[in-house]
This record gives sequence, structure tokens and C-alpha cells, in this order.
Amino acid sequence: MKKYILDLKVKQVEQIHQRYVLIKLTDDKPLPDMLPGQFVEVRVDGSTSTFLRRPISINFVDRTANELWLLVATIGDGTRTLAKLQPGDTLNCVLPLGNGFTPAKTGEKVLLVGGGVGVAPLLYMGAEMKRQGIEPTFLLGARTANDLLMLPIFNMYGRVYVTTEDGSMGEKGFVTNHSLLSLERFDRISTCGPTPMMKAVARYARQNNIDCEASLENLMACGLGACLCCVEKTTEGNLCVCKDGPVFNIKKLLWQD
Amino acid sequence: MARLNVKIADLELKNPVMTASGTFGYGLEFADLMPLDGIGGIIVKGTTLNPREGNDYPRMAETASGMLNCVGLQNKGVDYFCEHIYPLIKDIDTNMIVNVSGSSPEDYAECAARIDALEKIPAIELNISCPNVKDGGMAFGVTCAGAASVVKAVRQRYHKTLIVKLSPNVTDIAEIARAVEAEGADSVSLINTLMGMAIDIEKRKTLLSINTGGLSGPCVKPVALRMVWQVAKAVKIPVIGLGGISCAKDAIEFLMAGATAIEIGTANFLDPAVSIKVRDGINEWLDAHGCQSVSEIIGVI
Repeated sequence: MKKYILDLKVKQVEQIHQRYVLIKLTDDKPLPDMLPGQFVEVRVDGSTSTFLRRPISINFVDRTANELWLLVATIGDGTRTLAKLQPGDTLNCVLPLGNGFTPAKTGEKVLLVGGGVGVAPLLYMGAEMKRQGIEPTFLLGARTANDLLMLPIFNMYGRVYVTTEDGSMGEKGFVTNHSLLSLERFDRISTCGPTPMMKAVARYARQNNIDCEASLENLMACGLGACLCCVEKTTEGNLCVCKDGPVFNIKKLLWQD
Repeated sequence: MARLNVKIADLELKNPVMTASGTFGYGLEFADLMPLDGIGGIIVKGTTLNPREGNDYPRMAETASGMLNCVGLQNKGVDYFCEHIYPLIKDIDTNMIVNVSGSSPEDYAECAARIDALEKIPAIELNISCPNVKDGGMAFGVTCAGAASVVKAVRQRYHKTLIVKLSPNVTDIAEIARAVEAEGADSVSLINTLMGMAIDIEKRKTLLSINTGGLSGPCVKPVALRMVWQVAKAVKIPVIGLGGISCAKDAIEFLMAGATAIEIGTANFLDPAVSIKVRDGINEWLDAHGCQSVSEIIGVI
């Protein structure tokens, strides 16, 4: 898939949570083709302590409105600077990068499991599935009800099940404890979120012989497979999360614990 | 339009801008984002005789105006390069140069000899300055005797343009440059990364898996520039300058300090098309200052 360096226009920056902003970008020309699970390397201007670009997963692509959505957790100076963008500003992006999730096939029952800001790429994945006539099931986890991000939008594209650690919404506990997993059988799971969560999901998938893909977010520099900084140990040796991932089939990962 | 072509020994460069090893993959990774044939050369990822897995993750830490890395020469070995990568890059219309590393003079020489056989690789850059490997690498580049021993071994088996990449982690870099020149190096490139470190104070742990790493980016530029100037005064062979070059002005500084060509490294991560912009910027500057050729500014300091 062809990559581009584009100065995208900021259309809207929405503070959807104390720690998360939703940045909606657009361009005069139609946005390039992008797959669910791919990501964007954004240049952070105006933060002296931010040297490298920041990899941000593609949250949603609205073809009608020609919008690219990025869900950003404001955890450091770079991402806090991104949160201060104003409509009309430009954001320099290299995109689309990496390999996306394997597209769902007709008749397949697919579960999308997300935690925290890791829910971001699953929205675009679910929306693309729905567009192809395949109903996705979302299983989303967070600490509290307040930390479940973009729930009304997820509801537009499929069935949504939630867990919270404090029980303030959905079932109490972690995603892997949800009763859905013992009640229904899925053909495939795509997951993105904190590593311990993804490892638990991978364990469940392995035990139940379900095909499973996980999206990783190792610390990156180039985003293009050139610097070899973001490597993950796999059955094929060290692979770049940016170029060979960020989505990996769990069979390739050394997550056998 | 000023003349931008330069020569590094027998190597003809259409312009003095190249991309530095380890920051530009095999060029192909950047093919969508800039015209690869628009620059003078591409120095591909460090290649060793045998495959290397490199160091454990984490291998990178962001620092003020730069970054540390401890990749550790991850590559699939020279035979894999010759069989699988060379066919993909051999027809790129620029100088495709291979960076060669090793853990003994014999290793270096064997690896270089295999690349000597590749028709479309007109030069190698000998890496005696990688700070991130225990066996070899910088160990050779920090003494005159070590540097000379590698160059001597390689020179016997390698017949095309031999560039030697120098380490800044030395007391007197000019002395090392003279030592490799005496053994038949055609050119020296400098600087490789400066050895550095960063600590996560909450975890009370270093940020890199092997504790230390190589510092690169704009923060090293003044050090690199000074060393290029010193080396250019000390040797007769052409000098290739690198270290924190991010724009045409930076590149022109290196040319004025005595570099015949320059390499762009870490800046490729920030702007994958930066090398083309640097080429165009050098041209514009030369035109604006009435220079007919880039050679008019090389070594004016």
C-alpha cells in the first residue's frame, strides 16, 4: 500500500476524556487508502522535548466526510502538544504504515477485544466489517465506566460487551473474565490494548484454538522498518513492529506463558 | 543550477547527499516517499559475514534534540544480502553502498570480498565504529593499530572504493584517520554515533537494554562538524561528513568544513524526504551565492 507524507488539516479536536483527545483530520484531496490496524507517524511541532514522530493508530476513516480520526492518549509532552492543536492547524503525517488486521471473511464470527486507548483501531476494523456486511462483536475493557471510550460510536457498528475493573459498567473484572467468552464461540479474535491484557486474550485464544491477532506498540523511531528499534522477538527472529506488524498473529509471538 | 556532482576516489556522485547506514534501510522502505535516484548515494544497513539478531528491546531512547540507539547490527548476513536484497536494489539509479561490519579483521575482509563480487555495488563503508556490539565494531575503531589492522585486511580483498567510518569516541580522531589512510582507505566518513546513556529515574533503570547506546541527531552536529574539520586538515583522501545534518544549511557547514560529501541519518526519521530537500537547498544556496559548482565551497574553512 502506497505511503505518503501529507500535511493534513485539523478539522476538530475533541477532549473526550481527561486523558484522551480525538483529533479529526482532513485534506483537500481524498485521503489515501488505509487499512484497519495500520498507523500514522505524526510530527509534533512546538514541543522542544519531542524529537521523534509519534506513532498513532488509525481510529476511524470517514470516507464521506474525508476524515481521518486519531485517538490520542495524552501521556507525555508530545501527545499533550498534539492535544493543543486547533481547527485549521496542519499536522504532518506519514501514512499509512504497517500491516493491518486480516480482513474478516463472510460468515466469520469475529471478536474485537480492546482495552484503554487500544480500542482505537478496533473501531475502524469493526466499521469496515459492518460495511462488508459482517457484524463484529466488540469486547471492551477499562478501569471504570468513565474510561470506556467512544461507546456510542462502537454501538453503531456491532454488539458491544464491556468489563470494568470496578464494576461501574458491564461485568466486573477483565475482558478475559467476561461471560461472553464461555457462552459464544468465535472464529477469530483481533485485539489491541495493554500487553498483559493482550497476552491474556492470546492465552484464551490458544486454549480454545481460535485464530488471534494482536496489535503491538513497541517504542519506535522511523516507522518504516529502517532503524530496527521497535523489534519484537518472534518465531522468525526479531521483527519490526512498525513494518512487519503492528498486527501479528499470536502464533508468531513468543507469548507462550 | 549549480553543478552538484562530486567524486569520492573513483566514485562519481551526482550530488553530495547520501543517506547514512542504519537510518534508511535498503532504500526501498523510502521509495514511496522520495525519489531514491535523486540523491548521490544510499548506504545500506550494516552487513556482517554471519547473521546477527542484534540487541534486546528496548533499543531506542529519545533525548534532547536526538536519540540513543543500541540496535547492535541486526542483519541477515552477507549471503542473504547478496541473494535476496541485492537483486531488489541493484537497479536503483544511484550509488548503492554497503556498510560492512565484523568481529575480526578476517570477518570484515571475507564480508567485503563477497560484496566486491557484486557488480552494482561500487563501494563499501567499513564500520569500525559501532558502539553497540561487544565483539568488534568500535573496538577496532578506537585505536590506530586496530583500525589499521581491519583496513589492511579488507584492502587486500576489496578492490573498489573503500570508505572507512570513524568513531568519535576517541581522543584524537585525526590520528585514526591518518592510520586508515596509510593502509589504503579511499575515503573516511565521520562521525558514527557518540556513546551515551539515559535513565528512567522512576524505575531506576537505564532506558536501553544494554545500558549504553549511540547518540545521534542535531545534538551531535557541532561535535561532528569540529571532527570533520580536524580530519579534513589531517588527510589527503576525501572526507564524508555526517552527524546531525537535518537541513541544507547543516550540510553546507560540513562541506565548508572540508567534507566532499555528506550523509543524512537520524533526520530521515523525522522527514523521510529530507535528503531531497537538502540536495535542493544546497543547489539554491549555491545559485543564490553565484557559485557554479559545489566544489567552490568544499573546505573553505
